[in-house]
Amino acid sequence: MDVAADVVIVGAGVVGAACARSLALAGASVVVLDRGAAAAGTSAHGEGNLLVSDKGPGPELVLAQESLRRWTALAGELADELGPRFPSIEHDAKGGVVVVASDAGLTGLREFAAAQRAAGVEAVEVTGDRARELEPDLAPGVLGAIHYPQDAQVQPVAAAEALLASARRAGAVVRTGVEVTGPLLGADGRLTGVTTTQGDVAAGAVVVAAGPWSADVAERLGSWVPVRPRRGTVLVTTPMPQRIHHKVYDGDYFAATQSAGAELQTSAVIESTRGGTVLIGSSREQVGFDERFSAEVLAPMARRAVTVFPFLAETHVMRSYLGFRPYMPDHLPVIGADPALPGLWFATGHEGAGVGLAPATGDLVAAALLGSAPAVDPAPYAADRPTLQALRPTPDVSDVQAPRGICTSDTTESDPEGARS
Amino acid sequence: MSGQERHVVVVGAGPAGLAAARAAADAGARVTVLDAADVLGGQYWRHLPDERPAGREHLLHHKWDTYRALSDALRAHPAVTVVPTAQVWSLEQVSSPGLVSSSGRRDGVRLNVLVGEPDAAGRAARTFEPDALVLATGAHDRTLPFPGWQLPGVYSAGAAQALAKGERVAVGRRVVVAGAGPFLLPVASSLLRTGATVLGVHEASRTGSLARGWLDRPWELAGAVGKAGELAGYVGELVRHRVPWRPGEAVVAAHGDGQVEAVTVARLDARWAPVPGTERQVEADAVAVSHGFTPRLELAIAAGCALTASRFVIVDDTQATSVPGVWAAGEITGIGGADAALAEGAVAGAAAAGGDLGAGAAPRAIRSRDRARGFAARIEAAHGIRGGWVRWLRDDTVVCRCEETTYGRVREVVELTGSHETRSVKLTSRAGLGPCQARMCGRTLQDLLDDGGTGVDRRPIVVPVRLGDLAATPTSSTHTASQPQET
Repeated sequence: MDVAADVVIVGAGVVGAACARSLALAGASVVVLDRGAAAAGTSAHGEGNLLVSDKGPGPELVLAQESLRRWTALAGELADELGPRFPSIEHDAKGGVVVVASDAGLTGLREFAAAQRAAGVEAVEVTGDRARELEPDLAPGVLGAIHYPQDAQVQPVAAAEALLASARRAGAVVRTGVEVTGPLLGADGRLTGVTTTQGDVAAGAVVVAAGPWSADVAERLGSWVPVRPRRGTVLVTTPMPQRIHHKVYDGDYFAATQSAGAELQTSAVIESTRGGTVLIGSSREQVGFDERFSAEVLAPMARRAVTVFPFLAETHVMRSYLGFRPYMPDHLPVIGADPALPGLWFATGHEGAGVGLAPATGDLVAAALLGSAPAVDPAPYAADRPTLQALRPTPDVSDVQAPRGICTSDTTESDPEGARS
Repeated sequence: MSGQERHVVVVGAGPAGLAAARAAADAGARVTVLDAADVLGGQYWRHLPDERPAGREHLLHHKWDTYRALSDALRAHPAVTVVPTAQVWSLEQVSSPGLVSSSGRRDGVRLNVLVGEPDAAGRAARTFEPDALVLATGAHDRTLPFPGWQLPGVYSAGAAQALAKGERVAVGRRVVVAGAGPFLLPVASSLLRTGATVLGVHEASRTGSLARGWLDRPWELAGAVGKAGELAGYVGELVRHRVPWRPGEAVVAAHGDGQVEAVTVARLDARWAPVPGTERQVEADAVAVSHGFTPRLELAIAAGCALTASRFVIVDDTQATSVPGVWAAGEITGIGGADAALAEGAVAGAAAAGGDLGAGAAPRAIRSRDRARGFAARIEAAHGIRGGWVRWLRDDTVVCRCEETTYGRVREVVELTGSHETRSVKLTSRAGLGPCQARMCGRTLQDLLDDGGTGVDRRPIVVPVRLGDLAATPTSSTHTASQPQET
């Protein structure tokens, strides 16, 4: 079946869904393609974090702050549009609490929070005792914490499905089980659509929003983007009466998100869900698309979680799942036109923050494609930025050393300076 | 190879596992048997523990002598170690020195095991990296949802059987047995022997499909005479107790105020859809229902074993799976009953030990296995679930008992989101997310969504594990996570 649209979006995850909604609401005709099901890849394998707490000053924080505002509005907009029977996106501005158990950790965290405050983040330093008022079951060893009231959460699959449903109401067509096989090219070499396993889709623009699989899609279309999978594992406990009220992290989380190392890194990210389960993240490994279960990842995650919340030792883990984050070597998403292939656009590379950054990403894509004024300066996310251009000539790229964030406590699992692939 | 150094780990101590362990030991291997229960025998030979022995076990169990012989042989064998209360909570594929084959070193598997009573703190953590692995993890019975099935007094037939065999407790005084398959007969038998009144056995399949399944190619049944004899014995018992056996009928609803007081029985058409106007109420205080079996595939999937379209482990003539060093036997390769499991186990154990399948007891086991395989096909042909059952659901029928998600809500979520993908529907309807991890409702949900994927059977954490036990797991030096990455 051959079809035509203003824009074809490759990938029906949360980022593709947000792009589809922004474009469709602005009047564009949109076709969303996914080789699998909607919201079944990275979107279905994370916690649905909407975080500012883990981001230092810079363009990612700017995008996160804009997205956080957008999600708050979206929660109401989507509920109004889709009605009370639609599964709730479970938007919850529960706030984040980052805890440390060492003086050195506290010093580093304090400096990081001060820089964040200067960039407009609410970051309130609290004593260990005050932290235990916020979270009564915290370990006695917690010396201090930063409370981030703006951190929030959505249920990522429901959120992606809601964005897609909203886009469909605005005229977008979502086709799942359709795989992109190659480009449609105009006489001038411009990309004019895609060939798929189910016919051609002609379009004025092709937006690749395929998360960690974006590099493969770009290659099929005759271009290049340096997105790589970075594996993460989440543990889920059996349901229990709620004892954890915020997103609670140990300080190492920052080191892991900001590092470039390929080796296994873990830190504790602990929170309750509305279903009564407790989610425990997160690990970061670069092992390609290896889906094999590894118990070695679980033990350090469990140790860290028990260190933060000792009562968790008596709870049961009933499930683990792993997913692949779209990792960028310079730690920024790619949102904008491909410099090499006219007609090709990217909305990918959000690593672990895709849910959090999706609404602003969708708005940026729509603004760029339709020529309206963007809410934030799109330049830092451009696909032709120098840090990416430097990588372009060699397809077999290695990690570049990105600026590291703070390292607030000892990192026993890893030495981020060490391994290089 | 001689098999002298070969370490074979068998997971599961039901008929398949016990037979595999014995065959592997007889072929010269060092054998470790891991089973979650505190006594051997699996579900099929579930019995009172040795501290509370009963003199009448042989009356409650088919092939009890076979069990005694196998378990005695294993206990006496110096090369066999039985580890009871051993819960294999995960299986990893490892690239470290593992399975040894004629071609040299290969990738292998690591079993992560906790030993001790399930709810006890501080269970001992052990890992095994065997030369050969035999998976004999069996199956649990599958119950299709129906209105009222969440009421106390509704049991899966397997649970009713386990209580009768393991605890000598009948689930009720007046019990209705319903569902599909030959398993209903021993369940009714166990209930009778524990003193219950069995009001009827309602078999969903109609006589037409039963006849096609059981009477087609009757010469094959001659070989499976043990099974036929076993079933004939149960039928005779039902007749003696004047228990009606009614094909083409199902329990389509259970009623009661906080406890089952009655059930509605209806006739079914060939597609298992209830025939309107045939409903009748039967007063009962318990109902035991099973519509088939779901193989326990967690470890096989974790090991990477290829599955058939109907989601059983694919094995070759030696019971070898698609993964080198991993064999499979029993219900995970097809629902065939204890005779098939015993035969498959014997073949798998001998093969896993590197034994000669042309010598000793192996050829007989192979012939017996081949006969028994026909039985599995017959059960599916005669009793396999037909899609019309969804017609007995109502919008308020609970589909997922853990999360109390109704059939109506599942349909509504599918309509609203447009998604037929099981994972998405689970996460937006909450069906299948509870403590049983979709063991009860996963395949039902897939049937409702027409999704045949293996996602619901994938449980990397096979059973819930205390976080404290997980935290205490030693992290070994053979780290598998830092392989060179692909781009």
